[in-house]
Amino acid sequence: MQYRSSLSKARGLGSAKEGIEHWWVLRLTALALVPLSLWFAFSVVTLVGGDYETYRAWAGEHGNAMLLVLLVICLFHHAQLGVQVIIEDYVHHEGIKVASIIATKFTAVFFGASSVAAVLRITFGG
Amino acid sequence: MVEFTLPANSKITKGKTHKAPDGATNIRRFKIYRFDPDSGETPRLDTFEVDMDSCGPMVLDALLKMKNEMDPTLTFRRSCREGVCGSCSFNIDGTNTLACTKAIDEIKGDVKIYPLPHMAVVKDLVPDLSVPYAQYASIEPWIKTDSPLPQGERLQSPEDRAKLDGLWECILCFCCQTSCPSYWWNGDRYLGPAVLLQSYRFIADSRDEATGERLDDLDDPFRLFRCHTIMNCTSTCPKGLNPGEAIAGIKMGLGKRRS
Repeated sequence: MQYRSSLSKARGLGSAKEGIEHWWVLRLTALALVPLSLWFAFSVVTLVGGDYETYRAWAGEHGNAMLLVLLVICLFHHAQLGVQVIIEDYVHHEGIKVASIIATKFTAVFFGASSVAAVLRITFGG
Repeated sequence: MVEFTLPANSKITKGKTHKAPDGATNIRRFKIYRFDPDSGETPRLDTFEVDMDSCGPMVLDALLKMKNEMDPTLTFRRSCREGVCGSCSFNIDGTNTLACTKAIDEIKGDVKIYPLPHMAVVKDLVPDLSVPYAQYASIEPWIKTDSPLPQGERLQSPEDRAKLDGLWECILCFCCQTSCPSYWWNGDRYLGPAVLLQSYRFIADSRDEATGERLDDLDDPFRLFRCHTIMNCTSTCPKGLNPGEAIAGIKMGLGKRRS
């Protein structure tokens, strides 16, 4: 039995005083992903049938490399922000919730960094 | 809270049938959720056959007839019977609305009435609203000022007054609050559409001097940002209000002050 008033429960730990940043960046990355995804899909379609060297040459081109890096950063940043929202919505066990959010962020940074490293290697590694 | 296995008392059994009086020709069947936590029994769905020739046109008229003439133990909240007090909100025919303003004619087939969804049930159609009431209190729903008291009224231009239209009409029936899946899953921390609309009513009020503090208190991943614009709130509001738009107004306020 808990002897806490309803008002005490409603006030809880107070306002985190942050929330708009997460919400805004989620939308900003979504907006950025619209042209980036269209560009990526269009580029891949035009390369259909090409061999490994064709793709490598395409990815190594300066403008393409820059857009690929932007795409990867926006994509993984957007994904981890979005998955965090889903976890906060549905996972109510405090320990599992925190562990899942940490795992999500680490995973996004790991795959994001390896993707960027791959693009940089093609561009600068020769 | 999301639960994949249904908790106890979620299984509803077939209940009693209250027959219409002999000779009644114009009969509508009402299926009513019945639950008494003290009895130790699981909830049941009672059937009431109501003689429509001696019944008013609204769902509340039928509920009152059932209670007065068929089963006095039927328990529900009601007061004004004209859509102003917000007491008789139930889930009627699958949608949260007010029994007093919902015409029986609008419903096809049996009229199914359940309590507002996802709240603890006190008895029959009476949900425990102590949490949303406390959440309402937590947003301090009154004008806050630091300026000295004026000689007369606190003046407001007609344009500023118009900004409160669509907000002041809320009767706190909590139809929107209990229709929101985000509120179902996180009702302990998410304030919900009704309480956020009420908070925006004071944020949008030109006479209020605590707008910044109000926004500070709402800038929280759970209190405000559990709203995912599902818009059940707006589609269910029996007063035709738009809590979704009010919540967007709060988010706009938080955004505006950053740049």
